[in-house]
Amino acid sequence: MKISKAQVPYLLLFPGFAFLFTFFVLPIINLAQTSTQTPISGGDTGQYTQTFAFSNYIHAFTDNKDQFLRSFVYATLATILALAISYPLAYAIAFKSGKFKNILLVLVVAPFFTSFLLRTVAWKQILGEEGFVVPILRSLHIIGQQTTLTSTAFAVVTGMTYNFLPFMTLPLYASLERIDPRTIEASGDLYANGLTTFRRVTLPLSVPGVVAGTLLTFIPAAGDYVNASILGSPSTKMIGNVIESRYFKIVDYPTAAALSFTLMVAILILVTLYIRKAGTEELV
Amino acid sequence: MSNEAISARGDLRLTRLTKTYGDFNAVDDLTLTIPKGSFFALLGPSGCGKTTTLRMVAGLEEPTVGSIHLGDTDITTTRPYQRPINTVFQNYALFPHLSIFENIAFGLRRRGVKDVKEQVDKVLNLVELPHLAARKPTQLSGGQQQRIALARAIVNRPALLLLDEPLGALDLKLRRQMQIELKWIQREVGLTFVHVTHDQEEAMTMADTIAVMNEGRIEQMGSPADLYDNPETAFVANFLGQSNLIKGKIEGNDGDNLIVDLFGQKISMPKNRSHALDNSLYAGIRPEKFRISLTGTPTRGNTLAGGHIEDVSYIGVSTQYVVSMPWGQELMVFEQNDDGVAPFDKGDEVVISWEPNFTFGLHGDEDIEAGTEVNPEEPVNE
Repeated sequence: MKISKAQVPYLLLFPGFAFLFTFFVLPIINLAQTSTQTPISGGDTGQYTQTFAFSNYIHAFTDNKDQFLRSFVYATLATILALAISYPLAYAIAFKSGKFKNILLVLVVAPFFTSFLLRTVAWKQILGEEGFVVPILRSLHIIGQQTTLTSTAFAVVTGMTYNFLPFMTLPLYASLERIDPRTIEASGDLYANGLTTFRRVTLPLSVPGVVAGTLLTFIPAAGDYVNASILGSPSTKMIGNVIESRYFKIVDYPTAAALSFTLMVAILILVTLYIRKAGTEELV
Repeated sequence: MSNEAISARGDLRLTRLTKTYGDFNAVDDLTLTIPKGSFFALLGPSGCGKTTTLRMVAGLEEPTVGSIHLGDTDITTTRPYQRPINTVFQNYALFPHLSIFENIAFGLRRRGVKDVKEQVDKVLNLVELPHLAARKPTQLSGGQQQRIALARAIVNRPALLLLDEPLGALDLKLRRQMQIELKWIQREVGLTFVHVTHDQEEAMTMADTIAVMNEGRIEQMGSPADLYDNPETAFVANFLGQSNLIKGKIEGNDGDNLIVDLFGQKISMPKNRSHALDNSLYAGIRPEKFRISLTGTPTRGNTLAGGHIEDVSYIGVSTQYVVSMPWGQELMVFEQNDDGVAPFDKGDEVVISWEPNFTFGLHGDEDIEAGTEVNPEEPVNE
């Protein structure tokens, strides 16, 4: 069989398209179908039939407004914290680390070598009564003697910040690393001090990294349920936890599917607005 | 301190400037005065310390030892942004996220200048690119970026403008054109230009004074004509153009001239053009100063007999000959193709002659290969 030159790109694209179709498009269609089903009267648990019950969406949303809101608040907080920690870190790795650059990059990725669950459970220990954080904070009177940190919003946001940190650091590093150091020198040469150079040159040039990093952190954080279920309490439940319990505990597939869809659309809208605002400026 | 430095004006004085990386002296005990208003070139091969010197003047590197004065103000440790010095960077280093207008306005805005628009427009007209103000740097050609980089620096009217291989990234034709333009702009704005380059032709075209650097030191400093006609070291003789260096011995005096023995043949040369320290010397003659005549025809001035033509290359305005001499050395001779004389052929028996005044003398211990192996067109990173 002879393959013409014009066919090559399609052949190369085929595996990717096949994968996306099987594991993204089909499940999405399935999810959409499930989200408008209702229980079969007299049927067993988990038996549903298609009735195009769009009211599922209204119920799913109104019943879980708080969890939705909480998801976005926590994800936003975790994203901001991760950015605050990652920016100086990525900056130091890109510009100040010299020969330690590669070692530091490996260290950023190193947590991925252990399981996500284990790392999150470890945070439970760190923030628990027997950890070192609580006694120190208590002795410094930053928190009261009775205050605990586990099963709080603080613990959930801390866990999410920690878990998604590499997703923030790596794109930031990549965009900072790409900056020609001579443009920074040129800024100093043109009467800008260190702070002004950062504000006028380094920061604007790293915007693509900031956009990529915040998206890679915010999107998985908004749908996350592991941190909330391990480090949180019933009062810190996120939408991910609701979806998880609807699916696996209550076996209420339509509600879970409707929630998933709503979450997806909400994230899509937020991300679009965000990119419109931050990322459209033409950059190198 | 900062306000004082930023308004400093006057000659640039480098005093015993040294920059050491580990046990490598990039710049070695350099003392130099660059007069206000001059176009000064630091010329040398890669790694000779010229860029390091420039970066110390800009404040981007701190000297290990020594001081830098601008007029009477010591700026050795002054931060770059507090120096009245601007740089045209090697690859221009334009801000990719800013428009051309904002690139040029950058320095003015930082200093809180009032009439930014007026000044930017004026300098854009000077570099003849007023129509590009709204573009981004990536939308410009190399030559245009080069001019914008220049405009961004001179708009600040610095006491000193540093040019780090400013034309290195341009093609040959554009480079020649920009050389003339830069020289014109320097006269127009009347600023002190310090130009770093490895391209001897570029330095000679533009600069009033050239300092030839080698291994962190200045080999020789002077006007382009001085350096070319009367080099003091083999490095300068070879790095600026080409030279024939012939081993000889000083035999005696004849008034203002020295009598020199070159492999048994006597020549004379002016005393004041000899940089020999004892009797041993290299007689240096530029290839275009030689004349070739067939053996047996009359000659004037110094003559060296017994040569024969080894190779002939015709290159339009001139013909280049390689003449091998009885003592085994091959001499390079450039003859202008302007006199209608039929060119010589390979194998011709010839006599070489030249005006004694064109001879220069180098110390007999010089390494006559110094400065020859460096390729003047090599990439510019140090």
